[in-house]
Amino acid sequence: MAEVKIPIGPQHPALEEPELFLLTVDGEQIVDAEMRIGYNHRGMEKSAEFRTFMQTLYLYERICGICSHSHTTCYIQAVEEIAGLEIPPRAKYIRTLIAELERIHSHLLWLGIAGHEIGFDTLFMYSWRDREFVQDILEEITGNRVNYAINTIGGVRRDIPENKIDDYLKALDILEERCGYYTKVAFEEGTLAARLGGVHYLSKEKAIELCACGPFARASGVATDVRFEEPYLAYPEIPFNLITYDSCDIFGRAVVRILETIESIKICRYILKNLPPGEIKLEKVPKKIPEGEAVSRYEAPRGEDIHYVRSNGGEKPYRAKVRAPTMQNLPATMESLKGSYIADAPIAIASIDPCFSCTDRIAVVRDIRSGKESRVRLRDLSKYGKGGRR
Amino acid sequence: MFQSLVNWARVKSPWILHWNTGACNACDIEVLAALTPRFDVERFGVLLQGTPRHADVIVCTGPVTKQVKDRLIKVYNQTPDPKFVVAVGSCACSGGAFRGCYNILGGVDQAIPVDAYIPGCAARPDAIIDGVVKLLAKLQGKAG
Repeated sequence: MAEVKIPIGPQHPALEEPELFLLTVDGEQIVDAEMRIGYNHRGMEKSAEFRTFMQTLYLYERICGICSHSHTTCYIQAVEEIAGLEIPPRAKYIRTLIAELERIHSHLLWLGIAGHEIGFDTLFMYSWRDREFVQDILEEITGNRVNYAINTIGGVRRDIPENKIDDYLKALDILEERCGYYTKVAFEEGTLAARLGGVHYLSKEKAIELCACGPFARASGVATDVRFEEPYLAYPEIPFNLITYDSCDIFGRAVVRILETIESIKICRYILKNLPPGEIKLEKVPKKIPEGEAVSRYEAPRGEDIHYVRSNGGEKPYRAKVRAPTMQNLPATMESLKGSYIADAPIAIASIDPCFSCTDRIAVVRDIRSGKESRVRLRDLSKYGKGGRR
Repeated sequence: MFQSLVNWARVKSPWILHWNTGACNACDIEVLAALTPRFDVERFGVLLQGTPRHADVIVCTGPVTKQVKDRLIKVYNQTPDPKFVVAVGSCACSGGAFRGCYNILGGVDQAIPVDAYIPGCAARPDAIIDGVVKLLAKLQGKAG
């Protein structure tokens, strides 16, 4: 039978964001998968160069609304490393708390979306209802439901109210009970296992070869987690477990995320009970960041996030580069799509928890061996960004 | 008589199309949160649709990147009349935090006509519900 090309996107009910996936199918089977990113490209790295370090912090909060704390923390760790600032322990704990609350909300969100993709809308409604507990805590601590803006250079903006800690612990208890219920749904109920088992298979070797990261890699049995490999913030002091699962399919990814949520709840509880006293931010923070460069790693809910910041001694960053986890996971996703069925494509794409607003970027490849000096003007960038075709 | 029946149906059950035009996802998850049990806009008959051809209201989030612009106009043209556009979030209203980025137009109204603006970064689900209800009231006014 002749091969047929099926486009998914840019506007498609299975995708939250505008992206184009071009699947070549032979009957029911996908024989080739291509994708084209760039619909969500806004040019933030460039515009960061026109803003001060503080303004860039709030701009980078909006790289992605779901993992906003991840990007700001990763960026600010690099800035503080260049400036040689050591933040107070209480600020470290508060940043870690928000990071883990964000992981809980992101994983529950994914569980809901995955349920929706496989037509299990009850799970969608349940997990989004339970997610509101986390949103309430986040709103009370930071003042906003998403885009919390808790970070500031040299610490955090707001303290955790002591008299509210008991309420937060109660909400976490309810949430843990609910997550226990989801674990039961996954292992005993059978719907998830029957629909997701064996779908979008990614072997451990392939996952390592194609540099997958985050829960996507951990579900293939690769024990990778920046919180373990290179502990940052308050993680060295907090006891928690690394979750892996070796079923190598979407069911494994669901299990890893549910168990990680439970682990995150335990971390939050530990932090709330062991919050060190003291200041929440440094008294004096320099406006100008001294010359230097730094790379910072961070375990976002979707995987490893890397920021590179370079300063030339002014008030504005010379370069602030972002490498988001979805970018890392895409090659493995597209590779595993080949050979699977067309009906599995939406859940397969959703299974890496894609976030294209983090991912979309322009890369200009130039040959440095030719020795010619080359510059990319803003006008050129704008022309490339408008794109259309590759 | 027939027209009033159509208007009644339209006000009681507006079907929406959610379309991310380059947003940071924050408004998108708030739009979805508005559909789920805590906020539940389905009690106003609002239902999420997958295709523009079934939709009455296009809910746009994001500052409209240059690449998405053509698609946005295409989707707008595919939606049957009468259609309404709601811009959710500060960046859909005016470009917001992304103002000055080289690849955005700055606001949904730069590409297609907008009927309701819901500001906020990100717009809270309560604000989205408020905006939708106000839009419905406007529809009712038109119908009456």
